[in-house]
Amino acid sequence: MAKYLAKRIFYLILTLFIVITLTFFLMKLLPGTPLTNQAKLSKSQIALIYEQYGLNKPVWQQYLLYLAGAVRGNFGTSFQFSDQPVSYLLSSRIGPSLQIGLQAMILGVIVGIVVGAFGAMRQNSWVDTTATVVSILGISIPSFVLAVLLQYYLGLKLGWFPIAEWGGFIYTVLPTLALGATPLAESARFVRTEMVDVLSSDYIELAKAKGLSRTGVIYHHALRNSLIPLITIVGPLAVNIMTGSMVVENIFSIPGIGEQFVKSVLTNDYPTIMGLTIIYSFMLCVVLLFTDILYGIVDPRIRITGKAN
Amino acid sequence: MADTVKLPEDSFKRINADDRAALDSEKIAAPSLTFAQDAWRRLRKNKGAWVSLIVLAIVFIMAFGSLVVSPHNPNAVNPSYANLPSKIPGIGINGFNGTLVQAGQRIDAYKQAGASSKFYIMGTDYLGRDLFSRVLYGTRISLIIALVATLFDLTIGVTYGMFSGWKGGRIDTIMQRIIEIILSIPNLVVIVLLILILKPGMTSIIIAIALTSWTNMARLVRAQTMEIKEQEYILAARTLGERPLKIAFKHLLPNLSSVIIINTMFTIPNAIFFEATLSYIGIGISSPQASLGTLLNDGQKNFQFLPYQMWWPALVLSIIMLAFNLLGDGLRDAFDPRTKE
Repeated sequence: MAKYLAKRIFYLILTLFIVITLTFFLMKLLPGTPLTNQAKLSKSQIALIYEQYGLNKPVWQQYLLYLAGAVRGNFGTSFQFSDQPVSYLLSSRIGPSLQIGLQAMILGVIVGIVVGAFGAMRQNSWVDTTATVVSILGISIPSFVLAVLLQYYLGLKLGWFPIAEWGGFIYTVLPTLALGATPLAESARFVRTEMVDVLSSDYIELAKAKGLSRTGVIYHHALRNSLIPLITIVGPLAVNIMTGSMVVENIFSIPGIGEQFVKSVLTNDYPTIMGLTIIYSFMLCVVLLFTDILYGIVDPRIRITGKAN
Repeated sequence: MADTVKLPEDSFKRINADDRAALDSEKIAAPSLTFAQDAWRRLRKNKGAWVSLIVLAIVFIMAFGSLVVSPHNPNAVNPSYANLPSKIPGIGINGFNGTLVQAGQRIDAYKQAGASSKFYIMGTDYLGRDLFSRVLYGTRISLIIALVATLFDLTIGVTYGMFSGWKGGRIDTIMQRIIEIILSIPNLVVIVLLILILKPGMTSIIIAIALTSWTNMARLVRAQTMEIKEQEYILAARTLGERPLKIAFKHLLPNLSSVIIINTMFTIPNAIFFEATLSYIGIGISSPQASLGTLLNDGQKNFQFLPYQMWWPALVLSIIMLAFNLLGDGLRDAFDPRTKE
């Protein structure tokens, strides 16, 4: 296990290094300069600004400096908000995003498991049909459409929830619902398929033959075994939530990193975009590492072969 | 006891070669179907998938047919007819009869604008452009982006996956590592970065989506290739000295086709979703061009007062996504009957 873990962590560091390198050089490829009004500035002013942001050094020096900074969590200074370090900007904004993302993930997966399990238990009944319809709709309706509809009907018309503010828990309800719909649908579909498979296996027959109660069979044998493969879709679900958060945070005016990403893209704030790209892939890498380890613990075959299936 | 039964000669009939075929008709056997025919038959039995296929066909015909026949010019600005709600002749239900609630009273918006004789099925937008024509136009742009991106993505993914799976060993390991690195950055982030570099526009959206979403296809194709390459017929082809390229096209590709088709059905709605998200954020398609994403973005601004401006594009987008998802599910069951049992 220790060797497996060390290998995974080495790959994580390697991946992050490649991501940092790629984003750095991609940003260097970008057309234009970060200056808004280059024509109005004198040569010496431009030189001063370039010096301030370290843009006058050769590219390889800039790269090494950036790399050295990134390791210490320093992503340079934002172009959009002068004198504001990117790391400060992001650390003050990551909280709301994490909260909403985690809430959406937990809500989505738990409700998804329940919906999927009920669908599988009562196969081809109206329960199953409803579960299928819910999951297909959840996958087909984009989160930002759902966000606007929730905001309008539950927020504005019924007045149950605040519309576009950030404060306590009540402010997170609508964004969580909007973001949680896809994880809910995906996990419901996944659990249903897995459980239908498991329910027809021999050990379920055995458990029934032994005279276990229906709930005992479902809970101890069917559900538990259906949930193991669910770990593998947590990574893709995390990507989905990150993608969705960029738009949903905008709709609900949440001061999170998704909203910041869109803002930075629209204002060409390159250091912030780079910092955010690295943060996003760091979070995703951690999620993937975590799910890998978890899967390794639950299913020991993985550790030996190093691969699922 | 030795009674010999005398049978008349004419109760027997001599069978010649031609009549033997007639006897075969008494055999009980279904006509043998090819794999494609079999899958098609199963697909037709799946109601959801069959309806989806028809819906998609209608959407395609309408979206591309509007190039030839469009109810109105999608870009014709007519400020005096701005923000008219939808009006379908013959339907009196509020919401479809051209009336809207203004200051607590339901008024006929068409009469007010002096356009009683006209009707716009989905209403008009803030510039008085016919929303139905714009939705058709936007659907067309969204579909083109999704289809072209998927085509590229399919080419890259299938080639990469087949190569990786066929070669195996060290090359395979390195190629899989590369995929893992790509997968460890959220897709949308990469797409946004690429679009920034390539300058916003239709081509760069297509390139960005294609360059980021082939990984799933590559993984599936690789896994399938590794399985197929162990089969005897591949061994036979290799023994006979067939070139790898020919094996790939003649033996691998046909056997991979179901995996490829199924995954394509899930790639297309993904591409539509990415395009809509980009346009919604504001770095996708820029006006005067329109896509479902930009229409949603425009509609959302007025959602409180003119909800139909967002409902229509949202409805069309969701229906397309739904149809592709259901069709994908249906195709998966059709190609692999085991999954349904």
